[in-house]
Amino acid sequence: MAYLIKGVSILGAAPADLFLKDGVISDKADKDAEIIDGTGLVALPGLVDVHTHLREPGREDAETVETGSRAAALGGYTAVCAMANTSPVADTAGVVEQVWRLGREAGLVDVQPIGAVTVGLAGKQMAELGAMATSAANVRIFSDDGFCVADPKLMRRALEYVKAFDGVIAQHAEEHRLTEGAQMHEGEVSTRLGLTGWPAVAEEAIIARDVLLAEHVGSRLHVCHVSTAGSVEVLRQAKARGVRVTAEVTPHHLLLTDELAAGYDPVYKVNPPLRTRRDVDALRQALLDGVIDVVATDHAPHAVQDKECEWSHARPGMLGLETALPIVLSIFGPQWELIADRMSRAPARIAGLAGHGGDLTAGSPANLTLVDPSARRVVDPSELASRSRNTPYAGMTLPGRIVATFLRGEATVLDGKAVK
Amino acid sequence: MIKHLRSAADLDAPTATLILDTAAEMAALSGREVKKLPALRGRTVVNLFYEDSTRTRISFEAAAKRLSADVINFSAKGSSVSKGESLKDTALTLQAMGADAVVIRHSASGAPHRLANWVDGSVVNAGDGTHEHPTQALLDAYTMRSRLGRLDGLKVAIVGDVLHSRVARSNVLLLTTLGAQVTLVGPPTLIPLDVAAALAEKTQVSYDLDAVLPDSDVVMMLRVQTERMQDSYFPSAREYSRRYGLDVARMKKLPEHAIVMHPGPMNRGMEIAPEVADSPRSTIVEQVANGVSVRMAVLYLLLGGK
Repeated sequence: MAYLIKGVSILGAAPADLFLKDGVISDKADKDAEIIDGTGLVALPGLVDVHTHLREPGREDAETVETGSRAAALGGYTAVCAMANTSPVADTAGVVEQVWRLGREAGLVDVQPIGAVTVGLAGKQMAELGAMATSAANVRIFSDDGFCVADPKLMRRALEYVKAFDGVIAQHAEEHRLTEGAQMHEGEVSTRLGLTGWPAVAEEAIIARDVLLAEHVGSRLHVCHVSTAGSVEVLRQAKARGVRVTAEVTPHHLLLTDELAAGYDPVYKVNPPLRTRRDVDALRQALLDGVIDVVATDHAPHAVQDKECEWSHARPGMLGLETALPIVLSIFGPQWELIADRMSRAPARIAGLAGHGGDLTAGSPANLTLVDPSARRVVDPSELASRSRNTPYAGMTLPGRIVATFLRGEATVLDGKAVK
Repeated sequence: MIKHLRSAADLDAPTATLILDTAAEMAALSGREVKKLPALRGRTVVNLFYEDSTRTRISFEAAAKRLSADVINFSAKGSSVSKGESLKDTALTLQAMGADAVVIRHSASGAPHRLANWVDGSVVNAGDGTHEHPTQALLDAYTMRSRLGRLDGLKVAIVGDVLHSRVARSNVLLLTTLGAQVTLVGPPTLIPLDVAAALAEKTQVSYDLDAVLPDSDVVMMLRVQTERMQDSYFPSAREYSRRYGLDVARMKKLPEHAIVMHPGPMNRGMEIAPEVADSPRSTIVEQVANGVSVRMAVLYLLLGGK
């Protein structure tokens, strides 16, 4: 299939025609091309999410590779990295290949599995990282997300070991001894609500340790979902020293604060927790400055019964794939270069996904999305493609509608609807 | 009148005062030969208790019965709850039975807020996790007012494990609303972060009990669980008792008129010496009696009794 997207603005530039043919961006029109009116639309390189929970295998009642892929395509994504905390855990070549194959079968985005760092996410014994790296899934990011690789020796070894295949350890930074029983950000609101606090220092202490370890062994480190102003300062200093560290921030940590816990609705429960306005401001500035490299969704679907309960019994996490770009647009406005870098190029680079995050120039793989920045949409949980409904943005009016998404020249979304 | 009593923050000064005044009328009733009022005849009050708490449950039960309400005790143990029924399903069951009020005790902070989403009746918080226990604060305020004649301007020291205390949170909110000056006293590990900003700006914090006592009208001792020791909040029961326990020597530092309170159950010899608990300054038994009157007032007013 060939496409001619007429009068589309590439990253905010003057309107031009864009040709897609044989999976790549072409410099001339094909006479049989299907024509898409690009008037008023902005073309972005397909978004890449380095932090997605697709829940399959294990919790198919909350999400599957297919439903999560559809949600991703509708959100403008062409690649997502699927976290390892499935059941069974993605800690062997077999499981990562299964997830990878399910992604290929769904065919809506490239599903790149993330491998667990330790067997069963238990933090004791290193998983067979090399086997996962050389499997069909070609794993490059390893993470015990949800759990922190707490043991400093094990963390050091993992950082060193993955150098052999240019891997990276993505750390969920949480000093568990400081977060026992934690339910929300430790501060004024947790005191008022009588919920056990998750102190900012529990994140900052691990990031500080890990940047020193990465520096010591000369390895790459990626920090998941940075949530505090203090973490930003640790990262700023490490980057200034030349440490090979990258970091992500979620849309929810860029927008929402701990005040939302006041009604005890667990839709706002997430790990790391929503922080304060001061943290939100620091995270926004860090993303602008490049101290934080990417926006990652931490898309975390949960079944109804896991959220429709007492706050302390609820599972942490919120949906993100279908709302990430609108949230970022609502915060930063139409800064298309910034958005393309933080949501596509940089995440593709971190994940080692050649073919994603490229320029929209002739010869490049045709992975792109078309956005109507003037449209506004009210978030309706029942309309989401995800199998779960735990969005914290229900009822909010957000800018930006994802009109079409293309994966290697094939439409996955057209006219705002998934093609399959 | 408010519909639910989930937090002491639900109460403004006129509403809180109305509850205390109504409780005084209810207390007068208990001196009569026939203690029962027909006010809530035909109404159903459910005591939904997810935690064992005999004293609070029987206090609410006595209150509801004296108002002639039908009382259903729903204890988590040995019920469908122990078979894994969710709070929502339990709520829908109670809703279908036509509960006019649900009194809930739960180990999860905010459980009453969640429950109020799922039932039409009034929700009364009888203690939720480490959050609040508003009827305890009301009975404490009632006790202070009846002993000392006023609440406005009263200096109240709340001593002990404030961090984990639902009694302390509710008392800070309610007493401040009613014009009292609250000072929280305890080891820094047991005083929550940003407590004044979180609860009431005027709240003061001290780590020195001896310095606070001479200027206190009320000293309220909180129960300190020895398991906190294992979690390094303080080194030993002995050291805690030495620094923050109310013994006879410390009691003598209080002004002549000052009273000693404790929400119970007490650790005699830990946070409070037996001689202090049994002294004339102690209001501990009165607090229990006042609890019934205050809970009668709360149920009566929330359910719009006539």
